[in-house]
Amino acid sequence: MSKVFAFHGGIHPPENKKQSTRAPISKAPVPDKLVLPMQQHIGGPSLPLVKVGDTVLKGQMIAEPISRISASIHAPTSGKVVDIAEYPIPHASGLSAECIVIEADGEDRWIEHQGLGDYKQLKRTDLIEHIRASGIAGMGGAGFPTDVKLHLSEDHIVNTLIINAAECEPYITADDMLMRERAHEVLGGIEIIAHILRPSHVLIGIEDNKPNAIHALEAVLKHTDLNIDIVVVPTKYPSGGERQLIKLLTDIEVPSGRIPADIGIVCQNVGTTAAIYRAVHFGEPLISRIVTVTGDAVRHPKNLEALIGTPFSTLLEACDVRPEALSKLVMGGPMMGVTVENDQIPLIKTTNCLIAATEHEMPAAPPTQACIRCGMCEQACPAELLPQQLYWFAKGREFEKAKHHNLFDCIECGACAYVCPSSIPLVQYYRFAKSEIRTEERDQQKADHARQRFEARQARLEQEAAEKEARRKARAAEAAKAQSQKTAVQSSEAAAPETAAPDAKQLKTAAAVARTKLKKAQKAYDEAAALNADNLAELEAALNEARSKADEAEKALASSASSGSEGGDDQSKQLKIAAAVARTKLKKAQDALKNAEDKGLDGVDKLRATVATLEQKANEAQQAYEKAEASGTDKAPVEVDIKALKQQVSIMRTKLKKAESAIDNCEDEADKTRLGQEVEELKKRFEQATAQFDKAEQVLVERAAQAGIDLKQLRIDAAMARAAVTKGERSLSKAESDEERSQIEQDLVAARSKAEALNQTLSQYE
Amino acid sequence: MALIRLSSPHVYKANSTANVMRLVLIATLPGILAMTFFFGWGTLIQIALAGSLALAFEAAILKLRKRPVGFFLSDGSALVTAILLAVALPPFSSWWVTATGIFFAIVIAKHLYGGLGNNPFNPAMIAYALLLVSFPVEMTRWTSPMTQNGGGWQIASFADTLQAIFGSVEASWYDSFTGATPLDALRHRGALTTEELWRSSDVLLNGVGAWYAVSAAWFMGGIFLLSRKIFTWHTPLSMLIALFLTASAFYGFDPDNYISPMVHLGVGATMLGAFFIATDPVTSATSNRGKIVFGALLGILIYIIRTWGSYPDAVAFGVLLMNLCAPFIDQYTQPRTYGHSSANRGMKGKN
Repeated sequence: MSKVFAFHGGIHPPENKKQSTRAPISKAPVPDKLVLPMQQHIGGPSLPLVKVGDTVLKGQMIAEPISRISASIHAPTSGKVVDIAEYPIPHASGLSAECIVIEADGEDRWIEHQGLGDYKQLKRTDLIEHIRASGIAGMGGAGFPTDVKLHLSEDHIVNTLIINAAECEPYITADDMLMRERAHEVLGGIEIIAHILRPSHVLIGIEDNKPNAIHALEAVLKHTDLNIDIVVVPTKYPSGGERQLIKLLTDIEVPSGRIPADIGIVCQNVGTTAAIYRAVHFGEPLISRIVTVTGDAVRHPKNLEALIGTPFSTLLEACDVRPEALSKLVMGGPMMGVTVENDQIPLIKTTNCLIAATEHEMPAAPPTQACIRCGMCEQACPAELLPQQLYWFAKGREFEKAKHHNLFDCIECGACAYVCPSSIPLVQYYRFAKSEIRTEERDQQKADHARQRFEARQARLEQEAAEKEARRKARAAEAAKAQSQKTAVQSSEAAAPETAAPDAKQLKTAAAVARTKLKKAQKAYDEAAALNADNLAELEAALNEARSKADEAEKALASSASSGSEGGDDQSKQLKIAAAVARTKLKKAQDALKNAEDKGLDGVDKLRATVATLEQKANEAQQAYEKAEASGTDKAPVEVDIKALKQQVSIMRTKLKKAESAIDNCEDEADKTRLGQEVEELKKRFEQATAQFDKAEQVLVERAAQAGIDLKQLRIDAAMARAAVTKGERSLSKAESDEERSQIEQDLVAARSKAEALNQTLSQYE
Repeated sequence: MALIRLSSPHVYKANSTANVMRLVLIATLPGILAMTFFFGWGTLIQIALAGSLALAFEAAILKLRKRPVGFFLSDGSALVTAILLAVALPPFSSWWVTATGIFFAIVIAKHLYGGLGNNPFNPAMIAYALLLVSFPVEMTRWTSPMTQNGGGWQIASFADTLQAIFGSVEASWYDSFTGATPLDALRHRGALTTEELWRSSDVLLNGVGAWYAVSAAWFMGGIFLLSRKIFTWHTPLSMLIALFLTASAFYGFDPDNYISPMVHLGVGATMLGAFFIATDPVTSATSNRGKIVFGALLGILIYIIRTWGSYPDAVAFGVLLMNLCAPFIDQYTQPRTYGHSSANRGMKGKN
């Protein structure tokens, strides 16, 4: 048996618990319509997953959490979503909020669901994820999403798990009855939580006014191998407050502004443990809960297991309400509960009690009298505050002082207001002060943000101005530099075609010469054939020779023409010349040979040998030249190809599209097959072309990269430079004063030269 | 079925300020009875006079302030003030002394400061101090207790007492029924040691028993209030202990010139002050620690004023001085709130 410690203050209001523990827990009827608020928990509201008109099954997730601290919501019964709109919710504000309304079909058909089996084999994160997907939030009243608390062992050392079974508020017996009737579910849930958090010690804190529940728990605890202690604490409100219970059981105080996990403690409500048990062992999400329906205005106060979303009116009717006697409807306990104005408000995950009170039972508070600082509130305060001082500060709007007197450690338990002889609604004053302070702080934050933004903007404007000035200076310098560069480039440009042009001319001439030669050779052959000359074979060979040469010359011309100004270097030029020389020599020799042959001269044999030698030489020279050309102009073919390839790719694409649309339009089956084949063919070709293009482009980019230039960046720069020029021209036309104009002109010159330089660089690589 | 929306909590303890005041009134009964027994009808007549005047003044000022008269009259605070002043006055004081005191207590000290809960000074004590300063002769003409002359229960008749209060009586009448209080006697000792004085003084030899008895009656009333949790033990206990310890220190050091601590506790208004005046929640410190400081300083102040001051009794002045200090004490005696390692001090500071 663990020792019980004490917390300061506390009160002993009339318990009023006996009324609702006489009957066992019974099932509440399924209402025709269920209203499910999207916010039943602390944190972000859930996001609906269904639309109006959807059919849902019992247990189907209909809203998902949108943030870390949020909970999913499931359909409590099967039916149809008939509305997603704002409805009154059970909240102190009395406001409306988004709700999903389900019209029950009466079949109560479950979605397929099953338990996790041996959950100890699962990864703990998966287990927690399952609990999150089951929409479980703290069922003691606050509704903090349970999975968030279960994750605490990741960054906290959890020594002690405290199960809050104190249920200290008057009237409420939902946890009491749960423990009496379903102690094994409570234990099962504790085992799951203990498996996840691995505490060294589990404490169940329970008030001594629940002997039956204590017996039931003791009975099931015999079968567990966990280190669980039931700690019976004296009945005193608010011993069920998380911080008060921790103090009672461990004598440790949770530091102000921190959470219990910071001191190695995690608290879970006993109702939550049962919900976890059902979620893990049966796969049932949180769709119902036990609620105490009590108060003098119901004839049969008892605990009901009701579906989430059941309107209060259904619950009240199930307990035989006397409408004429009902004066106040309280959701929760009389100390911290919320009154509701409307009995159509639905039951939510945190609704542990519904008190239908008569006027006699909960009379209106007597008129407030002056505070005489009697200090009774101070003796009752479980947080050891000075409630009377806080009251004076709140009333006098002295919020700094209220904060200094630890207003924010107030848990709003209502003990001070309960004992106040002057009937001062103290808790309301604290709520007012807290919200005022929060508003002030928000305003202060907003003002701070605005100031920071303004300061940042000022700094940015100054920086921009400085940068602009620096850029202007840089541009002027660059303009001068670019001007000199431009002249250099122009001169080199002018030089390039001059050297390249002769080459092309030469080639052209060579080609023409070769063609003429071919013609001549043809003619000679024809004549010889007509004369039936004996050297016909030789002439034929010469003719073939001439033909191949002509072909070669043509090829060379073609390649040179396409390579443009990117002609060969010095070596290839020399080689070309050498080849040409060799050809000329050959030609002369051929002419001499022909002449000799025609005339039947003696030196024919000799000449023939000379021609053969020369031919060989010419061939060698040509080959050497071609080889050099091929190696020297490696770049050229790629550059040429890129545009052509691009074009080809686009052509192929268009063709392909056309062919495809033709297929679509075609009705004849045979045609279709044929077209299909064509399309296949086109596709292949398109792919080939694309591949080629990609390859070529890749080469291009690589080459540019080798030169240390980012092609993309270059393009962007060039475009910007052009835009700058356009802008400059425009502003020049608008400029009024001469001074301004000359300034702009200067800028424009610089911009133009920059743009040109960039364009040139770009054109080199494209 | 018209439901209403209200802020929690929805239940209240059956308690009210009027209830608190009623208990205080009940607790004064033993003291009143003892005083009547030892000093005659004067006390009762003063209480009746002061009570009715207090209600009348309260009603009038509430009407002037446009407050609901019946509602505030029923809280009983005016009656408590009236009784505390009435038992502090000499039983044969003239009606106009009492009337002046009640007027000052209710109208000036209480309502001009904002009414119940807002007055910085204890109304009964401030009225008493005013009367003591303004009418020293009347205020020091205390009735001799009936035990003083050793002739059994001899007190002034009811009619004579009425005559003394509302009319006028010959000076010799006063001589036969009034005398110095023990504290007066101890003050004006001349060159005598305490022991010599004790033996030579009638009031100290025979009369002091009556004072002890009255103090015991107040003490009983105080214990009753303590048991009903109207106030906590902090103020009275710390005040009595501080007074006792201070007196013991001086008495132990020089018994010839200083008075025994038991006498300090038993005579004058010590017990009345400890249980009925210093515990006035409106004007005293608010936290438990603050109450201890308040009571202890009050005990020391009472001893200092009694021993070296120019007035014989010191409870009224001590209480008024401490009333001045109460807000300051409050700032430095906040309790340590749950979850905080230490208590906050002062008004500002890191939080």
